Amino acid sequence: MIRVETISANLGTRPVLSRVSFDLAPGTLNALIGPNGAGKSTLLRVLAGILPVSAGRITLDGQDIATLKPAARARRVAWLPQSRPVAWNLRVEDLVALGRFNGRALTYAGAAPDDRRAIDAALSKTGADAFIGRPVESLSGGELARVHLARVFASSAPVLLLDEPAAALDLRHQIDLIATLKSEAESGRTIVFSAHDLTLVRETRGRTLVLQEGRLVAEGPARQIPDANILREVFGVEARNSGFFTPAI
Amino acid sequence: MAALFGKSDPSTHIIVWDIRLPRAIAAFGVGAALGASGAAMQGLLQNPLADPGVLGVSSAASLGAVITLYFGLALPGSILMMTTSIAFAVIAMSILFLAAGPRSGALQLILAGLGLSSLCGALVSLAFNLAPNPYSLSDLINWTLGSVANRSWRDVLFVLPAWTLGAVALWRAAPGLKALTLGDETALSLGADPKRTRLWTVAATALLTGASVAIAGVVGFVGLVAPHLVRRFVHGDPAAVIVPSALTGGALLLCADALIRSGALDPDLKLGVVAALAGAPAFIFIAARAGSLTR
Repeated sequence: MIRVETISANLGTRPVLSRVSFDLAPGTLNALIGPNGAGKSTLLRVLAGILPVSAGRITLDGQDIATLKPAARARRVAWLPQSRPVAWNLRVEDLVALGRFNGRALTYAGAAPDDRRAIDAALSKTGADAFIGRPVESLSGGELARVHLARVFASSAPVLLLDEPAAALDLRHQIDLIATLKSEAESGRTIVFSAHDLTLVRETRGRTLVLQEGRLVAEGPARQIPDANILREVFGVEARNSGFFTPAI
Repeated sequence: MAALFGKSDPSTHIIVWDIRLPRAIAAFGVGAALGASGAAMQGLLQNPLADPGVLGVSSAASLGAVITLYFGLALPGSILMMTTSIAFAVIAMSILFLAAGPRSGALQLILAGLGLSSLCGALVSLAFNLAPNPYSLSDLINWTLGSVANRSWRDVLFVLPAWTLGAVALWRAAPGLKALTLGDETALSLGADPKRTRLWTVAATALLTGASVAIAGVVGFVGLVAPHLVRRFVHGDPAAVIVPSALTGGALLLCADALIRSGALDPDLKLGVVAALAGAPAFIFIAARAGSLTR
């Protein structure tokens, strides 16, 4: 169980999150939505323990995450950042193997049987097994995004934080992603992901958290949230019958 | 060969055991230390053009050594000279890191290294310029050219602790260097400690480079060329490249020194000069392929 207790956070001196509170139960799929600059990425970074809170606290099964050592935190929380630099031209399977990092310089070839199974399973969950043996620089943006996703799935952490996991994915792989996220949640993992595609969010049939200017303004089942009111007030749009949106007047 | 195993006349035995072997070990050790340093610096700065020689770390270490020699504080190969070399290498690594840390771009890094290298070079020239007598001048120049000729067991044993400590520091740093491939924040989320990784890497390169300069003077480009030769075999992995780089660097200098000693080249040629003559074109070649640098 993750408990977020009235947290605030800054980027530099600029306040980005203000007095946000919510709980995350194990085995749930939670979508984080909101306009650009609402604080979605910052909230995920704070949950991952990468960015400290300026007020409030976050507990993981009763323990303050600020007090966890990096290695202990990594065993419990895995994070997919929105910007994903890769400094060296690693092979696909070696990048995914970093998801099993435990202080040793793990390679796919040198992985223990347990690690190897987790890496293989993760590669096939995102369809990145087709790229085994290829250097990451030979992949397209969407293909590389699936490799990064596999890196997070390969982790043994019970909490997965994914910043725009659907970005750059083609339609088929977006659908596959929803199915994978659902089955990961069913297996007991807590999943929080940010997204801009509201149709995709609705399809997850999980729970939605709506951020606006650093505050949590709504939450509820993905089937109901966002409603017309939130669309108008938070996103400044109205739903059309076609399923797309127009700017709200 | 026979002399190595004590089945020859005493003079051959002395030549092989007391002259050839320490020299060969010094050549291999310096090459291995520089090859490993280069690989570690490239991993830390995430730039395949990083090298203790190119970026002025060797020059700084040699400046430290020249200062102790110039002021008559120490003899070549003494502990004081070695410590000063290492201290100057640490300062140089810190300056480089502050001026051009990861992702500050190849250009900024090379320019910072160029500045550092020029400054240390100028200060070394100043020492030459003001050298009190011709004898000490030729001593200084000879030493900075880089050579492993006439190195004894005593010299090798002197630098061995620093090399060993450097290797241990590198072993501690290596996993973190691999995690840093995905950036600082992701490395942190994976459970690595980027700050500690940097500290270990800076300590390792300073120890390895400083001690190498202390025993052999400045031998450039080994740290650049060795990782470049083996990187494709480890598929870019910045941790896995370190040991093969060390072995390759050691083999390169051992061969270069054997070539000098064999008489194929002028026996008065300095190892540092040969390394620079072969390494500088390699640097230009690697720089020219800037588009595919991390391959």
